[in-house]
Amino acid sequence: MSSTVLFTIAMLSALGLLAAVILYFVAQKFKVVEDPRIDTVNEALPGANCGGCGYTGCRAFAETLVKSESFEGLNCPVGGADTMARIAVILDRQPVAVEPRVAVVRCNGSPDHATRTSFYDGAVSCRVAHALYGGQTACQYGCLGCGDCVEACKFDAMYMDPVTQLPVIIDDKCVACGACVKACPRNIIELRKRNKKDRKIYVSCVNRDKGGPARKACQVACIGCGKCVKVCPYEAITMENNLAFIDSFKCKLCRKCVTECPTGAILEIGFPVKEAKPAEPADAAVN
Amino acid sequence: MNNILNVSPSPHQQGAETTRKLMFGVVIALAPALAASIYFFGTGAIIVTLVSVLACVATEYLIQKFILKTKPSVSDGSAVVTGLLLAFNVPSNLPVYIIIIGAIVSIGVAKMTFGGLGNNPFNPALVGRVFLLISFPVQMTSWPVPTGFKTGYLDAVTGATPLGIMSEGIKNGETVAALMEKVPSHMQLFYGYMGGSMGEIAALALILGGLYMIYRKIITWHIPVTILLTVAIFTGILWVIDPTKYADPLFHLLTGGIMLGAIFMATDYVTSPMTAKGMVIYGIGIGVITVLIRTWGAYPEGVSFAILIMNAFVPLLNMYIKPKRFGKEVKHG
Amino acid sequence: MLKTFPKGGIHPPENKLTADRPIVILPVPAQVTVPVSQHIGAPAVPVVEKGTAVKTGQVLAQAKGFVSANIHSPVSGKVNKIDTVVDTTGYKQTAVIIDVEGDEWLETIDRTDSLAKDIVMTREQIIERCQQCGLVGMGGATFPTHIKLTVPAGKKCDMLIINGVECEPYLTSDHRLMLEKGAEVLTGVSIIMKALGVDRAVIGIEANKPDAIINLTEVAKVFRGITVQPLKVKYPQGGEKQLIKACTGREVPSGGLPLDVGVVVQNVGTSFAVYEAVQKNKPLFERVVTVTGRSVKSPGNFLVRIGTPVTVLIEAAGGMPDDTGKIVNGGPMMGKALAMTDVPVTKGTSGIILFPSDVSKRAEVLPCIRCGKCSSACAMGLEPWLISVLAQKGMYEKAEKERITDCMECGACAYTCPAKRPLLDYIRLGKATVIRMVRERITK
Repeated sequence: MSSTVLFTIAMLSALGLLAAVILYFVAQKFKVVEDPRIDTVNEALPGANCGGCGYTGCRAFAETLVKSESFEGLNCPVGGADTMARIAVILDRQPVAVEPRVAVVRCNGSPDHATRTSFYDGAVSCRVAHALYGGQTACQYGCLGCGDCVEACKFDAMYMDPVTQLPVIIDDKCVACGACVKACPRNIIELRKRNKKDRKIYVSCVNRDKGGPARKACQVACIGCGKCVKVCPYEAITMENNLAFIDSFKCKLCRKCVTECPTGAILEIGFPVKEAKPAEPADAAVN
Repeated sequence: MNNILNVSPSPHQQGAETTRKLMFGVVIALAPALAASIYFFGTGAIIVTLVSVLACVATEYLIQKFILKTKPSVSDGSAVVTGLLLAFNVPSNLPVYIIIIGAIVSIGVAKMTFGGLGNNPFNPALVGRVFLLISFPVQMTSWPVPTGFKTGYLDAVTGATPLGIMSEGIKNGETVAALMEKVPSHMQLFYGYMGGSMGEIAALALILGGLYMIYRKIITWHIPVTILLTVAIFTGILWVIDPTKYADPLFHLLTGGIMLGAIFMATDYVTSPMTAKGMVIYGIGIGVITVLIRTWGAYPEGVSFAILIMNAFVPLLNMYIKPKRFGKEVKHG
Repeated sequence: MLKTFPKGGIHPPENKLTADRPIVILPVPAQVTVPVSQHIGAPAVPVVEKGTAVKTGQVLAQAKGFVSANIHSPVSGKVNKIDTVVDTTGYKQTAVIIDVEGDEWLETIDRTDSLAKDIVMTREQIIERCQQCGLVGMGGATFPTHIKLTVPAGKKCDMLIINGVECEPYLTSDHRLMLEKGAEVLTGVSIIMKALGVDRAVIGIEANKPDAIINLTEVAKVFRGITVQPLKVKYPQGGEKQLIKACTGREVPSGGLPLDVGVVVQNVGTSFAVYEAVQKNKPLFERVVTVTGRSVKSPGNFLVRIGTPVTVLIEAAGGMPDDTGKIVNGGPMMGKALAMTDVPVTKGTSGIILFPSDVSKRAEVLPCIRCGKCSSACAMGLEPWLISVLAQKGMYEKAEKERITDCMECGACAYTCPAKRPLLDYIRLGKATVIRMVRERITK
């Protein structure tokens, strides 16, 4: 081998060695002393950095978990009970049972139900439309249909139904991170208890007007009549501001309220279809 | 009341100018230069322009429709402008397959990979041109001489450009005065009697186009004037120092791609600064780098590289140079 | 010599279709709906209830706190009910609905037509009268006048500027007022000058109103300290910061008020209302509204009672044209689009524009081509392309640094944008969030 090649190899090797030595000492001097468990916990977390836990990313949550005494109030909705159990083992703590949840869109104001009274032509953003006016219908509380929630979802669990102009949540993919809840300017989306077979019973309305104007704006609005509150055997339903609310953690899915509701504002999802009754409650309430 | 009313936030009126109108305004501004190039280079010019424009439009359409699966936006005219400018940057005897490759690089690589219109950091036509220059150096540097409309396409007679003659000659030690005998006169250069790429030859036609764009408020004077002034001053200083080694400023302004670059390439909205002060700094940078490359660099022409280098600085210029705010800042207590 | 503001501005078509239509007094409607919030600040509290008989000019709702305004009945009749109705905010707000019977005014109001030129009240009395009469800024901002006329301790005022610019296309109510009620307007200006303790006032008028400039210049000869300043026609010359800059060269600091440079700005309509309130003891319950549009049969300027449904105004202008696609309350640049015509006229309603359907829809939104025209148009020296994207992405700290709160929402940027991007939609949103953020930071 010629002397040039030998010289080059020697030079580069020496440089490499020098760099390695410098790097070693610098790394030692500026080493950040950290609890090594933070790394392990971080590995156990899903790594989606979605903020569903309420912290700014998985690593921040990992640090909080390591520093805290108990898991009270700390939960990763994406990883769920499995992940929390695994972290409990790593940190030698007791896992806290948290009920799994799912996002639910509490509005049924499709064009069939709520007549369009104007046409919104501004920027396609619910927050912009909400700041502008009540919306394309006479209900100033309902879904604006611009899809801020769909855009906020990082788990591909939502899409906008072009016919109903309402957002649809894909239960299998929803991890209840809460991004869509925050994105909606009208608080229409709620994180409710996830039941077996993804069954749901909820008041699909957030209209707080009195019954008359509410019904006039949308056929399936909650008119605040209170019949559901009376019929519920588990006291799971409360009425406030002309709007009924079903507490998903108290509800036992008996469906008595669904049949009782005169406008069809309460929806039952995931149940076997009931036999048709001779007089549909919805028709009876038209007059 | 039967009508359902439209509701939107204010303002409820929109100006008459649209993206498409701006783009086609540029096309109109390029028309005199296109006419000049067809006049001087004949059928070659027509073929190259057509192929370039069609290839650019087709590339954008196909990528948007089949790869991105979005609505094709070719009707906004930006691909047409890129096609025209790419054509103006190449010799009129460039084979069709090379033009198509250039179009694919311009639109596909330099524009669509960054997100389409408005997102590219580098001038797409220039990226295409530089790619072709490096990949096909022979074809991209054989310049047809202007022999009038009868000039064929691939069989055109080629020769060196005035700038090429000048820079080669100076490197060989010839004096500028001697070299000036070999190149067309200033007047001829102004009208376009010179070899070169299709768009760069006719300074008069390009200036007419530039004035039209300023009148239509498509561009402002800042970038073209600053670039040309910088080139004139820098080359002027050099010429005054040693007129035998450095050509005069007018020669520099009228040869090579500086007119085309200053008026049409550097003024591309997407890749140029948004503030007037930023535009001036941008223009000075382009001028300085162009003259550096022309005088001391390996290539006879440096405008394309100068513009691409300054394109890289534009985000920095936009970040640090802000327009003059109305009202002093008042710190909140 | 025409003055103007140095940076930015646009030239939308003027469309002053009603510039030569004299003011027509509309009869009282059959029913009025008077919202209790027609001003900046806390909504007024109703002091009447269902069945109360009211006279024209009687107080319907009392101001709540200092930053608020009284609401007076524009008609005589009986209160039908107090209910929530959709008003110009786009949402339902409390309003007093009155069934009209006759037109009996309070005896305390001077209904004579003669010009009352002598100003006998003191400074404090003037401001108190303005507050009692529920005066607010009539240019559209509806800021309570008594607050503006009260110069806080520590601030000095050496000049009054009257906004007779009316830079929005289509609107001509101020123009007609300056032509037909020039002496009253200037008396109002003198009253405001006394309230502020200044001895000079400048009335800024855009050069597209030459007759108003001539008329007021002539009438001003018998008043002390009032001059008329013609201004170049450029939108938004009527923005108070731009107006102050053009007339005096002074620049209001960012986040500051005109008083920071020693100036108070009042609208021409407000000056007229001050005259009526101080000299005739007449509360604010009617105003001039321009009803206009390309297809409108008989566009005009109408003196209408507050609370009149917009439908009545449209009927007075020849009925709703068949091709109507959009109705705007205010001017085309800063006005609010109405979802229905059932809304009432309020103190801030300067005009109703009916747009035909071919110009009612926004054009398709294209990507930003980074042309910078929006920034060139911005009279506040902002970069709309940047702050719009920052607001859209929720980068509020950066938006604050880029002075998003300086934006006066004039719409020049969105008007200019060749890609038809909804710049102002997002800037407005970002601005509201940043203001809230800053307020929270200060109170911490």
